[in-house]
Amino acid sequence: MIPEKLTEILDDFSNISDRNERVEYLIEIADRFPAVKVPPEVATRPYDEARRVPACESDAFVWAVEQPDDTLKFYFDVLNPQGLSAMAMSVILDETCSGQPLEQVAAIPTEIVLQIFGREISMGKGQGLMGIVSLVQHEARKRLSGA
Amino acid sequence: MSEITSRGYANPDVLVSTDWVAQHLNDPDVRIVESNEDPLLYPSGHIPGAVQVDWTTDLNDPLRRDYLDRAGFEALMSRIGVTNETTVVFYGDKNNWWATYAMWVFQLFGHDRVKIMDGGRLKWEQEDRPFTRDVPHYPPATYHAPERDDHAIRAFRDQVLKHIEGGRPLVDVRSPDEYTGKKLHMEGYPQEGALRGGHIPGAKNVPWARAVNTTDGTFKTADELRAIYEQEQGLKPDDDIIAYCRIGERSSHTWFVLKYLLGYPNVRNYDGSWTEWGNSVGVPIEK
Repeated sequence: MIPEKLTEILDDFSNISDRNERVEYLIEIADRFPAVKVPPEVATRPYDEARRVPACESDAFVWAVEQPDDTLKFYFDVLNPQGLSAMAMSVILDETCSGQPLEQVAAIPTEIVLQIFGREISMGKGQGLMGIVSLVQHEARKRLSGA
Repeated sequence: MSEITSRGYANPDVLVSTDWVAQHLNDPDVRIVESNEDPLLYPSGHIPGAVQVDWTTDLNDPLRRDYLDRAGFEALMSRIGVTNETTVVFYGDKNNWWATYAMWVFQLFGHDRVKIMDGGRLKWEQEDRPFTRDVPHYPPATYHAPERDDHAIRAFRDQVLKHIEGGRPLVDVRSPDEYTGKKLHMEGYPQEGALRGGHIPGAKNVPWARAVNTTDGTFKTADELRAIYEQEQGLKPDDDIIAYCRIGERSSHTWFVLKYLLGYPNVRNYDGSWTEWGNSVGVPIEK
């Protein structure tokens, strides 16, 4: 089971068949990136390389901060100012996974990238975005295993 | 002498400045083409009058792993209003990485009226030049293309095997971690599309982005490029060189640098690259 909010947004994307409509929706989402950008009290540049998403060509970074209710609040940065897709992915992950049960966050499949961006996305781009999902998933799994 | 000419390239005419593009926005003999790694960028704003050529949907065969054929190329050129006489100027994100890839595919059909806008999208943006979300529509053009000719600038797996048997040079333009195969072994991360990690034996590792200035995405001078590829890596201008990466996109950037900026006559791009080599049975791999 994955977070309910994520299921809802995946439903939204599954109803979009027009590529332009999908792109416009994603650009709107990417516009909200400043709200999920890592604040200075969590991290400042130069960032810890352990936070870097390995396969992402847009230089994306992910942080997870533990909350009093044992959930995680996710923060992101995308150093490439033209990395709009990475920004949109970050916004979706924060809005749907922060504050959600860790078991559900840990269960997110990386294939959601294809549901969100469409199957025509290039392999390199898809892998970079899947890398962001993997890091979020990894943070949840780490807490669940007590590491 | 223009600033680009002063950099000492073998073919300086293949690069144009952002100023040049700004002066040719309404030139009917010029078509500005944006080609990006990020599919959201062009729709979010582009140079006025620029059309988009998308690598996935426009340049690839929809079924086979191959590029479009002659009919497909003619249809693409017609759609973007390009005739055989039109000068096509490519630009894009990531230091023109995808722009050089699109240019490479255009070269498979011999369209040699091609240029790259130095600095790409980044420099245009840094200079506060205009972007628009209006998508232009040009009257369909008539374009006559020859059959695609792969032999001069494209390399295939069996040719690469012979190439390494002959001890001829290869340039692996991926990151050092990809070159050593390290990324494939990171637990929990998506694979790089290959079952094995490492590099083609004998390949030199020169990450593609070393050819550009990170501040504004412009290409380094010919002397700076020679310092990397010749003095540091030992390539010679008359070498028979094959460049590769993961799927041939980043290596088209290095192909452009070696072939046009340094003027090496024999440079090919192995677009099968690591996703083919790292999945092939029995081919030699080095780590």
